[in-house]
Amino acid sequence: MILRLATQSLMARALTVGMTVLAIALSVALFLGVEKVRTGARASFADTISGTDLIVGARSGSVQLLLYSVFRIGNATNNVTWKSYQDIAARPEVEWIVPISLGDSHRQFRVMGTTPVFFEHYKYRGGRSLGLAAGHGLESLYDAVIGAEVAASLGYAIGDPIILSHGLASFTDHQDQPFRVAGIVARTGTPVDRTVIVSLEAIEALHVDWQSGARAGQVTPAEVIREMDLTPTAISAALVGVKSRLQIFGLHRWINEYPEEPLMAILPGVALQELWQIVGVAETALIGVSAMVVVTALIVMMAMILASLDERRREMAIWRAMGAGPVTIFGLLALEATLMAVAGTVVGLGLLYLGLAAAQPWLDATFGIWMPIGPPTLREASILAGLVAAAAFVCLLPALRAYRLSLADGMMVRI
Amino acid sequence: MTESALALSDVSFAWPGRDGFSLSCPSFRLAAGESVLLLGASGSGKSTLLSLVCGIVVPTRGRIAVGGIDLGGLRAGERDRLRAERIGIIFQQFNLLTYARVADNILLPLRFAPKRRARARNGPKEAARLCGALGLPDGVMRKTAGRLSVGQQQRVAVARALIGAPSLIVADEPTSALDTATQDSFLDLLFAQVAEAGSSLLMVSHDERLGQFFDHVVRIEDIVTTARVAA
Repeated sequence: MILRLATQSLMARALTVGMTVLAIALSVALFLGVEKVRTGARASFADTISGTDLIVGARSGSVQLLLYSVFRIGNATNNVTWKSYQDIAARPEVEWIVPISLGDSHRQFRVMGTTPVFFEHYKYRGGRSLGLAAGHGLESLYDAVIGAEVAASLGYAIGDPIILSHGLASFTDHQDQPFRVAGIVARTGTPVDRTVIVSLEAIEALHVDWQSGARAGQVTPAEVIREMDLTPTAISAALVGVKSRLQIFGLHRWINEYPEEPLMAILPGVALQELWQIVGVAETALIGVSAMVVVTALIVMMAMILASLDERRREMAIWRAMGAGPVTIFGLLALEATLMAVAGTVVGLGLLYLGLAAAQPWLDATFGIWMPIGPPTLREASILAGLVAAAAFVCLLPALRAYRLSLADGMMVRI
Repeated sequence: MTESALALSDVSFAWPGRDGFSLSCPSFRLAAGESVLLLGASGSGKSTLLSLVCGIVVPTRGRIAVGGIDLGGLRAGERDRLRAERIGIIFQQFNLLTYARVADNILLPLRFAPKRRARARNGPKEAARLCGALGLPDGVMRKTAGRLSVGQQQRVAVARALIGAPSLIVADEPTSALDTATQDSFLDLLFAQVAEAGSSLLMVSHDERLGQFFDHVVRIEDIVTTARVAA
């Protein structure tokens, strides 16, 4: 009966109560939205590379190796010789190995030399393979496969010629050896979107006439280059898959102790975690801001209840006259606040899922953040429960005031 | 000697705060089944007296007994319970929770009074009976209280005060919001039902004309002295 009366009392003030519930709902939707984006971004980040057991590069820091080999940020401190690469490839544990050669660029995008098996073995978001949105893979020497963002921001279509530049942010172009856009990779939300992929041999071909980072005098014609042996002398890094996960650590150790050259192997998942700890500061800020919004909504509710108290003194007096103790008055207000918070939470959840359903494809296509739509996680559910508890808590002030008013007014309030 | 429905002896009370309004009542008694009209203008201390009688505030000195139970000996929660169990209250107006249905309004005091609830036996049925006896139309129980006319709301308030037959009915100018024609029929219905329930009736009013309906008429200044201390 008390619950029904409290609900009816709220209904009677539908407009103000509705606005308060809306404020709470929006804050809940925002908070959970941020939480979803955060976990989605984190998961997408962690899913940048999957299926690769080890990344091998010259000895440096694990985050650095991860940054240049997967995220194309920064540079390799040193190369891995082709001999070492072949030694690793020959290990019995190795199921597949993909070489990566970096160093050149096209406009603001990095160029990566690799072999066609890269497209088979590079996996993201829990085992998804790269797919081509248009064209075909690396077939001839001067084929380039570009990422979705490269194609979108430079307006490239299949068959367009592109000139690669030597090094990064350099003014020296490889204009004597133009490439052709052979394929465009469907958007992945990974750094592949911002990469121009060519064959390992093409990287070698580009540098036939270069010695120690400078162009030599003569220009070898493309026809001659096509006939040359374009086996590289060195690569930047390699992605490795092992036959059995049990062998990862053995191979890891073998590579780290490789006597011929200082090499390093990293576990991508571990390195990603390390990197996220650096990037993750922003998420704390996001959480902080959305928590403030929730607090604001709760204060709005408290202000609304406080403001309503004066016009409800008559109502309180009736309750008192009927034998309700101040504790009941107190409980009534706490119940109202809780009901509003629950309603706000439910509406907020509805808004969130509506928004998620609407924005999910767009977020995926634009930012490559994949937000799964599922029931609230345990963490989210406990946050919501905390919110309702906090609502009951903030109404302590208005409830206390109502308690004091009802004691002072008794039942003889004149209107 | 019959047991008193209400007995005040040697009571004095002062509101806390700067207002400094104080009241003292040496002796007042209302016998069981008796009806008394307390005549007094506004500011004569009748609101304070009713608050004291209903146990909302406690006297600084003296004894107030409702149905033989001394309010001074009870804790706040027990006073609230006693009020719910033994006193039916009718205000001047704005008696009802306007957002709630008539039925819930009438049954509300039973929520806080288990014995009174037991006396009413079947609460909703008893509420419907009272509504009928007070001349309220059929189906009124399901209506929202705020939609009724002022006269109907006052009769619902009477039904609420009478349900479960509390020993004392306290009415604070219940007819002042009604026009003269409906006042008389309202009082007739009130008295009939009070008599049927066997309750005592204490009504406060400034209208001497009502005196003819009551067993006794008491002027409030005869039993109560008030003072306003300048702070």
